[in-house]
Amino acid sequence: MIAGLLHFFDVLVATVRDVLPIVVIIFGFQLFVLRRRIPNLPQLLVGFLFVIIGLALFLQGLEQALFPIGKLMAEQLTASAFLGVDTAAGHQAPDWRYYSWVYLFAAAIGFATTIAEPSLIAVAIMANQVSGGTVGIRGLRVAVAIGVSVGIALGTYRIVSGTPLHYYIIAGYLVVMLQTMVAPKSIVALAYDSGGVTTSTVTVPLVAALGLGLASNVPGRSPLLDGFGLIAFASLFPIMSVMAYAQLSEWYGKRIRRQPSGSREE
Amino acid sequence: MNFAEVAVVKKLLLHLGSSLVDSIKDLMPIIVVVAFFQLAVLRQPIPNLADILVGTALVVLGLTLFVYGLKTGLFPIGETMAYGFARKGSLPWLLAFAFALGFGTTVAEPALIAVVDEAARVAAAGSMIENTQVAIADYANGLRLTVALSVGLAIMLGVVRIIKGWPVHYLIMGGYAGVVIMTGFAPPEIIGIAYDSGGVTTSTITVPLVTALGVGLSSSIHGRNPLTDGFGLVAFASLTPMIFVMGYGMLL
Repeated sequence: MIAGLLHFFDVLVATVRDVLPIVVIIFGFQLFVLRRRIPNLPQLLVGFLFVIIGLALFLQGLEQALFPIGKLMAEQLTASAFLGVDTAAGHQAPDWRYYSWVYLFAAAIGFATTIAEPSLIAVAIMANQVSGGTVGIRGLRVAVAIGVSVGIALGTYRIVSGTPLHYYIIAGYLVVMLQTMVAPKSIVALAYDSGGVTTSTVTVPLVAALGLGLASNVPGRSPLLDGFGLIAFASLFPIMSVMAYAQLSEWYGKRIRRQPSGSREE
Repeated sequence: MNFAEVAVVKKLLLHLGSSLVDSIKDLMPIIVVVAFFQLAVLRQPIPNLADILVGTALVVLGLTLFVYGLKTGLFPIGETMAYGFARKGSLPWLLAFAFALGFGTTVAEPALIAVVDEAARVAAAGSMIENTQVAIADYANGLRLTVALSVGLAIMLGVVRIIKGWPVHYLIMGGYAGVVIMTGFAPPEIIGIAYDSGGVTTSTITVPLVTALGVGLSSSIHGRNPLTDGFGLVAFASLTPMIFVMGYGMLL
């Protein structure tokens, strides 16, 4: 208990140190450049305090609960013994079909961690406010999570099969270009942002552990060259899924003659 | 406490209560996935169950407080400053603020420090740089400044885009083309790290602030639509580091 509290204190100090430059920049510009009184200052300060304490608790909880078991599971699921892969049969990489549990785990953990990603929640709340409720908070987050899920599953397949990363990225980039031309203009910027926010606090550590575990266990793969790249998949595919979500809801809206309601609050 | 204070506290508690339910819903998928794979697929008991339960409770509580603080602190300050700059009408100061926000939030980012240290070790192991303490520290610091600089420039460019009203996809497409071309030329060891550096720059506190800045700017400038023009800053901030880090890997 005492050790836990001490550790929480460390995390809190680290979070404060993380936030400090932002606070200095904001208040510096507000006081010396804009020279305006900040409206609702007490409320803002309470908000900042909540952000810092909330983030510290969140990180502490992740380190204590989710990361150890998630990383352990990633290692166990990619172990040759569990998958029944015979590694003794030379350095030839085994058939990709042996790894179906890995793809399933990748898809499931990609979806689940994205739903819990705080920066995505922030962007979704903002998009909901700005669009006057047309972009649903839950709808956007589920769309992004589906994208991450497909992306990471495909990324693990790439590590197993050993195909070059840039083929996938270039193909994905072409699809994104095509979609950009046909998707509703209002969603394009939001879709690109969704790609950037998915790879954050919750997703990156678990996905990186999965990639490194897989690359060190599949014969013929090097953790250094093949272990990375899952993050790139996780930020490319949400762009596609969000644009697809917008196209679908536009089509649906036209058919029903009203927008589907996907918002959960406000 | 007088009556008004009681009412405020009651409202706050009610709000936190409903956010708490939302946070539990947000965490549910992770719990289900972990439990299913641990119990049904790996067929093993969950280790340190008490630790994990306490940790999960902390995550739920933390997420609830964070989202509340987001709505009362980060979003309002970001939008207030955007309106302030729009009223002041000074482009150089706005750009200076955009750069400072991008650079300042990235340069001290712990995730970035971890990634550049890793990159420096990889570079030393691949004998791209001398395998000495000084050379490694220099390389790591140079890389960290490169990434922070690229994020600062990205936010600045994004703000210019909002003011000028350029469509976001031209810049993003150009950026992706840049990433693809650089991937072809950069040393293979740096590529994975470059892609990772794009992910670590968009931290949990930077994203809401930068989003609020973009949305606030585009709603206070006549003729800009907050949805079409306000978003896109985060996308720039995760794209430019990839290009700059690969460039850094090619130069050194």
